[in-house]
Amino acid sequence: MATTTEGAETGGLEFHPMDQFIVSPLFGESGSVAWYTITNATFWMALAVLATFALLVLGSARRSVVPGRMQSVAELAYGFIHKMVEDICGKEGLKFFPYIMTLFMFIVMANFLGLIPTAFTPTSHFSVTVVLALAVFITVTVVGFVKNGAAFLSLFWVSSAPLALRPVLAIIELISYFVRPVSHSIRLAGNVMAGHAVIKVFAGFAAIAVISPVSVVAITAMYGLEVLVAFIQAYVFTILTCVYLKDALHPAH
Amino acid sequence: MATVTTSDGLAEAASTPGMPQLNFDHWGNQIFWLILALIATYLILSRVALPRIGAVLAERQGTITNDIAAAEDLKVKAKEAEAAYDKALIDARAEAQQIVAQAKANMQADLDAEMAKADAEIAAQVAESEKAIAEIRAGAMENVQAVAKDTAEALVAALGGTADATTVDAAVDARMKG
Repeated sequence: MATTTEGAETGGLEFHPMDQFIVSPLFGESGSVAWYTITNATFWMALAVLATFALLVLGSARRSVVPGRMQSVAELAYGFIHKMVEDICGKEGLKFFPYIMTLFMFIVMANFLGLIPTAFTPTSHFSVTVVLALAVFITVTVVGFVKNGAAFLSLFWVSSAPLALRPVLAIIELISYFVRPVSHSIRLAGNVMAGHAVIKVFAGFAAIAVISPVSVVAITAMYGLEVLVAFIQAYVFTILTCVYLKDALHPAH
Repeated sequence: MATVTTSDGLAEAASTPGMPQLNFDHWGNQIFWLILALIATYLILSRVALPRIGAVLAERQGTITNDIAAAEDLKVKAKEAEAAYDKALIDARAEAQQIVAQAKANMQADLDAEMAKADAEIAAQVAESEKAIAEIRAGAMENVQAVAKDTAEALVAALGGTADATTVDAAVDARMKG
């Protein structure tokens, strides 16, 4: 592991919890990374795409009326997101089902693949989550104005509040609207990154023989928690996307 | 990372003290590959996976609905068959009763006809017999007349008279009528 790099300086205890997030080229020696370079990020994103393909396309290849194991999981994922979109956004939200399913499958696959030891986790990077969140933000804003025209602005004008309060609320609503992509992206990357970093910190303590059993137990416990977080964060990201989309489709409070 | 060699790791660490996430030199690379990955995922899902899974789910729903409808159909058919059977039974019973009644009526008619015929025969025989009796009676009367005439003639002859046959006959006839 990368923790062996600057060994002697602090007498055996080495913490490089963030090294696992370094983007480096997959081929070649140079440390420079151009936009087209095939990096470890490329590799693990491609794996996420392949895993999605394997589960949803190969899993459902037989089209059995009585599903097998893989097809059951694929149908479960389909039904899970389909129901979420329908429940939150209504029938007209189903147009965006493939889009939301894409977000969910990519995030959940990247999260779980990132739990493989020595793996790189694309979703731990703000560059990735910011793009995902901005895509949602722009989609929601465009859909809101296209569907409702200027009436979309009623999202910021709380008609149920007293008239005197409405301008104040409008400012708050406006700020909260523009903070959405920030919180949306930092929540995902922050959770994933924090968990992975904490595991690495515990792993650093394992160098001390007395503490190492505690460290192994702690890593195991954290890993279990991370498995949960990997799914929950994908779920949270998806459900928030649905909620934002609902605002665009039905802006009235 | 296993792939991070010493020189690489040092170079990266030097360029990003703290979080590699905030090394904006790498953002372009990640964003490019992310967009590619998302487009690939979207195409896979929207072109192949989602329509297929949706079709499988719809087909299953259709199969279940059809099976339930078929079961409902069969149930209705079974009820109809039962009703038809019951009806046939009732019809057969009614027909049997009708046949019995008809047979009874036929027999009664035959019987009546035979009785009437027998009555008519009996009546004819009675009439014939009466006629015969009447003939016999008429014959007897005639015989009695002849005997009376003969007797009267014999009596007249015995008493010493000359019996005129026509006179005696007239006298006997007058007497018999009276």
